[in-house]
Amino acid sequence: MKSNIRIYIISALILLLTTLIFGLLATWAFLFPEVYNKFLPFYQLRPFHVSAALFWIITGATASILFYKKETFANGKNSSALLETGFMVIWLTTIAAIFICYGLKMFGGREYWEFPPILCLPLLISWILLMFSFYVPLFKSTGKKPMYIWMWATGILFFLITFVEQNLWQISWFRASYLKEITVQWKSNGAMVGAWNQMIYGTSLYLMVKISGDENIAKGKTAFFFYMLGLTNLMFNWGHHIYNVPTAAWIRDTSYIISMTEWVFLIRMIQSFKKTLEQRAKLRHLLTYRFIIAAEFWVFMNLLLTLSISVPAINLYTHGTHITVAHAMGATIGINTMILLASFTYILKIDDLKGRVSRFLSFSYWLSQFSLSCFWIALIVAGLIKGYRTVESCKLNFQEIMEPVLRVMKVFSYAGVFLVISIASIVIVYLYNAIKLKEFQTQIEI
Amino acid sequence: MIRLWIGLFIAFAIYTCMVYYYCDKSQKTEISPSSNALVGWNIWQNKNCQSCHQIYGLGGYMGPDLTNLASDTTKNDLYISSFIKYGTAKMPNFNLSDSEIAKIVSFLKWVDKSGKNRVSKEKVTWTGNYKLDN
Ligand code: HEC
Ligand code: HEM
Repeated sequence: MKSNIRIYIISALILLLTTLIFGLLATWAFLFPEVYNKFLPFYQLRPFHVSAALFWIITGATASILFYKKETFANGKNSSALLETGFMVIWLTTIAAIFICYGLKMFGGREYWEFPPILCLPLLISWILLMFSFYVPLFKSTGKKPMYIWMWATGILFFLITFVEQNLWQISWFRASYLKEITVQWKSNGAMVGAWNQMIYGTSLYLMVKISGDENIAKGKTAFFFYMLGLTNLMFNWGHHIYNVPTAAWIRDTSYIISMTEWVFLIRMIQSFKKTLEQRAKLRHLLTYRFIIAAEFWVFMNLLLTLSISVPAINLYTHGTHITVAHAMGATIGINTMILLASFTYILKIDDLKGRVSRFLSFSYWLSQFSLSCFWIALIVAGLIKGYRTVESCKLNFQEIMEPVLRVMKVFSYAGVFLVISIASIVIVYLYNAIKLKEFQTQIEI
Repeated sequence: MIRLWIGLFIAFAIYTCMVYYYCDKSQKTEISPSSNALVGWNIWQNKNCQSCHQIYGLGGYMGPDLTNLASDTTKNDLYISSFIKYGTAKMPNFNLSDSEIAKIVSFLKWVDKSGKNRVSKEKVTWTGNYKLDN
């Protein structure tokens, strides 16, 4: 296997481990600030955790795309190796610099991207290199493209757009009104999630084509319809983050209406449930497939949650509570991380492993699903309690509101310990394989 | 396919411009920040206050939402300043100077004027949406 992509995949896995460890530490700092404030306060641990999580997802997604690119339109050739390496080196070095800044308590204070804004510049340069390495061979290749290539291309483009938009606050015109600033910030944050989802759902579709051998799932009108629906949601559905902000009413209306189109995804999942079961009987021995099915389960659960909190009347209770965290982590762990693990299972030929290691992975897989469920439910319960007490009992002060919430967060932290153990065990096996593997596969045996 | 895609993209571009120009037109007074509030805003960001606090419900969840702290009649400037100056068992002390603290306070006052964080139940209409006015 080419050493640049190997190192890049190893880095992505290390970012996932970092996310897990800092998530656990942040939870303890949240619960016991008196102790942690002295050496590693929450305001340092949260950026470490959240940025590691975002970088894990984007690094994992780009690693998958760069790898599959060669299997698809690049025809096994790699004419843009230099650009790719340039992207990887600048991207990873900047991430390291970001963590050093957090260690030194140097912040830029934007939600999720909490580092000094100057570091956005190298990230931007690296992304442009990635775009050249992706689009040049794509435009040179001929023939009709399957939907996953559309999705990768869209994700990469919209990441650039939303990333630039996220930095518009540095122009003083955007800072001349608080409402404008917060609206633009959440417009870009919300749409960026849509951008990386395009990259990741594209990867999931590609894997399904590969392991089922059925090219048709990535072709035709239905696949295109769902792609367009996803894209429309990316563009117009971000307003649910700021329902309570007194911006123009049409922003709320647009977002509410567009959010409700997500029912179509839900109904579609219910309709295809039987087919999924049949497929499962054939493919369930593959861990790649099992991770994709886990992601489907979490898509379903998160859709139920998202559809609820996208109704302003319900959002009134849930906004600003841990339900938002359940929504964020439910999606980034349950959907994004599961699909990326499926992708790495495929790339690192984990399905070829037999015996004890395979049983160990199976066990860790089930443990991760179980602990994630408890973790997710605890966050929802914590959010419901805070939401209810904030809206219904106006007389309570913050400490009184939070008292029962903190009790539930203890349960969350126990579930978190098992979640960390289970996913970290999987990651360590994958890391070992990534270092050991001689050749990266291009085809999988079923 | 391409034509549909381009159509959607143009709609997105137009919507984006509309958002940039018209999203804050509902606000009547004191839209622009004073220079003190702007400096306070930068300190707020550089100290990463939003990792524990929310404004309009957005941010970390360890501390309270501070959007309308400035108009809370039970809490005056002195209360807010001493909170920031000394911290508590849960909130760290950032060793900020008095003038830095004053700037953060003017930032919070400016934010407070932009609107109310909590939507009251009466504002919900039959569609499940809100009707907000500043
Ligand atoms: C580590 C988390 C953390 C950080 C970072 C933090 N705070 Fe706090 N803050 C809290 C907590 C928790 C409270 C609630 C009081 C308590 O429990 O002691 C609080 C309370 C406050 C209050 C009083 C609110 C009220 O309604 O009584 C103000 C004002 C405040 N913080 C301002 C700031 C500012 C300004 C910054 C940045 C310089 C900041 N905080 C950073 C955790 C934090
Ligand atoms: C793959 C693993 C994980 C991913 C991708 C992930 C992702 C995220 C994201 C995106 C947020 C921001 C949420 C928001 O502000 O709405 C977040 C917050 C958080 N996560 Fe995770 N997370 C992971 C694992 C964990 C684990 C294992 C724990 C704990 C044991 C944890 C604890 C936390 C805490 C405490 C917060 C901060 C919530 C707050 O602001 O109060 N995370 N995580």
